[in-house]
Amino acid sequence: MAEKTMKISVLRYRPETDTEPHFQDFDVPFHHETSLLEALNYIKDFLAPDLSFRWSCRMAVCGSCGMMINGVPGLACQTFLRDYDETKTLKVEPLANFPIERDLVVDISDMIEKIERIKPYIIPSEKDAHKPLTESYIQTPQQMELYRQFAMCINCGCCYAACPQYKINPEFIGPAALTLAYRYNVDTRDAGAKERLAHMSAEEGVWSCTFVGACSKVCPKGVDPASAIQLGKKQSAIDYVIKMFKPE
Amino acid sequence: MDIVKTDVAIVGAGGTGLRAAIAVAELDPTVKIALISKVYPMRSHTVAAEGGAAGVVRDDDSLQKHFEDTVAGGDWLCEQDVVDYFVANTTKELYQLEHWGCPWSRKPTGEVNVRRFGGMKVPRTWFAADRSGFHMLHTLFQTSVKYPSIQRFDEHFVFDLLEEDGQIRGVVTYDIQNGVCRTILAKSVIIATGGAGRAYSFNTNGGIVTGDGMALAYRHGVPLRDMEFVQYHPTGLLGCGLLMTEGCRGEGGILVNKEGYRYLQDYGLGPETPVGHPKNKYMELGPRDKVSQAFWNEQKKGRTIKMPLGDAVYLDMRHLGAAYLEERLPLICELAKAYAGVDPAKDPVPVRPVVHYTMGGIETDGKTATRKPGLYAAGECASVGIHGANRLGSNSLVETIVFGKVAGEEAAKFAKTQEYGNEEYLVKQAEEAVRKATELFNGNGTESVSRIRHEMGDSMEEGVGIYREEESMQKTIDVLTGLKERYRNIKINDTQGRVFNTEFLNAIELGYTLQVAECMAHSAINRKESRGSHQRLDGPDGAYRNRDDKNFLKHTLAFISENGAAAPRIEYSDVKITRFQPAQRVYGAAAEEAEKNKAQAAQAPEQTQEQPQVAAGAEAAANQEDK
Repeated sequence: MAEKTMKISVLRYRPETDTEPHFQDFDVPFHHETSLLEALNYIKDFLAPDLSFRWSCRMAVCGSCGMMINGVPGLACQTFLRDYDETKTLKVEPLANFPIERDLVVDISDMIEKIERIKPYIIPSEKDAHKPLTESYIQTPQQMELYRQFAMCINCGCCYAACPQYKINPEFIGPAALTLAYRYNVDTRDAGAKERLAHMSAEEGVWSCTFVGACSKVCPKGVDPASAIQLGKKQSAIDYVIKMFKPE
Repeated sequence: MDIVKTDVAIVGAGGTGLRAAIAVAELDPTVKIALISKVYPMRSHTVAAEGGAAGVVRDDDSLQKHFEDTVAGGDWLCEQDVVDYFVANTTKELYQLEHWGCPWSRKPTGEVNVRRFGGMKVPRTWFAADRSGFHMLHTLFQTSVKYPSIQRFDEHFVFDLLEEDGQIRGVVTYDIQNGVCRTILAKSVIIATGGAGRAYSFNTNGGIVTGDGMALAYRHGVPLRDMEFVQYHPTGLLGCGLLMTEGCRGEGGILVNKEGYRYLQDYGLGPETPVGHPKNKYMELGPRDKVSQAFWNEQKKGRTIKMPLGDAVYLDMRHLGAAYLEERLPLICELAKAYAGVDPAKDPVPVRPVVHYTMGGIETDGKTATRKPGLYAAGECASVGIHGANRLGSNSLVETIVFGKVAGEEAAKFAKTQEYGNEEYLVKQAEEAVRKATELFNGNGTESVSRIRHEMGDSMEEGVGIYREEESMQKTIDVLTGLKERYRNIKINDTQGRVFNTEFLNAIELGYTLQVAECMAHSAINRKESRGSHQRLDGPDGAYRNRDDKNFLKHTLAFISENGAAAPRIEYSDVKITRFQPAQRVYGAAAEEAEKNKAQAAQAPEQTQEQPQVAAGAEAAANQEDK
């Protein structure tokens, strides 16, 4: 197959030997179907075996290969070289707003901790706590629709890399975790909204979001965290008003 | 060396590992759990499973039917008592996931919906659109967060198991993020590391599916069972091999060759069913081995479609319409558009068979215990005995949770009866394992990791593919032997880096995969018959083309040889047959004919006394002498 070539400039950083990050350029042959992930694997296989990046599924569902592609967060496996001008250099960097571990690998432990913090699991009502394993909850497709989209997050971190708020305030719980909190709050099987609202209504919760919407723009799965956070604000406000009139 | 003490160490945090961890935590919150994975749990390859998970719910279905489909689908190489346990526990586990928040697709009334799948008599596949594995994995991961006794060791790579007096007592890990080694002492260890599809070049698997856990157990003398049975999924996207779920056909998609002809009717799966009206166990809903084999034969006949990226057939879903496709198969539409440039609502999708699943694995008993005390294994890395020679689609996702739970409970119970081993001795062993692994940094090797990996994958496709012959298998064995030799002379470019040195990690993984590939090839060449996914074309007068129950109604066991460098030692073990005697394996109209004969036979009481449950077919009687 006729192959073209593209210059890819990759940010390199090896903590043991490099004093600071620097770019390294590679010429990579590509055809119509070549993804950026395949290009990086070409580099690793044939040009620079010591290049490190995370990847696995190749089909935009494991969430490993989030990186900055010409300055925009995205998944390498879902990015195709055909969509870029081959006369220009394609710039690839680790996800912004996270500390670099090595090359294109960042430390996402802060995001993971926040996802864990908001109680991302069904907290059943007392009546459902011992539901027998011979029946399901009844949940209509309409009820499922309330959270379906927000359950599609693959934890790739692109939204944190795009979020101007997270950049200036690392305490911010951030798009993916707040979306997940909302996802469980509106699941008809759940009765734990109160516990999650404590986090959502905190200073680092939904109100830290200034609704720039960058998260939704870059989300590779169309989750729309910005909308989940706005809906979360509504929940938080209602909760506040109720608490005002009905203090516990 | 950093030392951590836990009760149960679980290696792998996909569907099985997470379910095992939760099971331990629920059984006894005082039992400490170390959940170790080389990736973050939600990156595990369970995430990529699309179609769904089997569990009997419909009134017209029964555990007996699921049992029969599974055993016949596995060409009678299943442990029937284990299959009984399995089918009796699937639905319960699927409800459990539902209670934990898994967004299973629903009927308009709000109950869980099921879809058709290949080789299954009745629709019984629970699905979450075409992202079933993704939702199962995230549900399990998120649920695991609520148990404080689960301590995760994310991005920790296991170099070796620690053994004392023949008992497994921990693992030695490499903390990838921090570049340090950590010994985890445990009273029991569960391996849940998934399959080894990366032994082949063209596969649906993620880059992490390198057979690590299989190799770890193998190196400690536990046999790998039935490794010759490697599943080719019939519908991988041409070029990249990404999976086009069997759900595509379950929902009504059809397969056609270059003449637009539904060729499956020529391979014992017909007669043709009307387009848009899929029928269980007919045509496109045949089992994966037979559907993949049909492609191979079409290709031989020159009836596949020549495309720039290779030969293909078309998976045609256009008649399902854009709206239905968007509801039932949204990910498939997304993948086909992005990776093949075709919109399934408007164009047929070019597909071909692709390596997908390892039926075999670490030998365990029906309760996930290996023959080594303290060591358990479950999920794709294990061979608990439910898949036999061919796995039915949607049996493996549910295997992860059914046997993940068993493994967790069994390992926890065992741990509670144990004390820690001799720390000094085990740490010394761990240090030795680290020294051996990091030897790669000292060598002046010349061999490229990627080149060896490519040659291994290509050779496996060539010799141990859909159809196999002595000569080509021997060639692959020779190639693998050579690669193992070259592997000892591998070059690591970055010998300084300890933090996230994937070049180093990939080299260790390749060592694991090579060993597993060798087990596959040797197990295959020694099985001189055709059964399920293991199809041969050779033998005197083509004798190996047939199933040979007399000699091979047996599990293959591959043991590591004394010095580890030589070929694996192959032995055999019996197959547990309880009530479903081997019969001819038939689909389509032939299956209905067999059903009818069976029903008639059942009406003659004196016959049923003698041979309960025997299906029709001349082979049935002949095959019975050897159980």
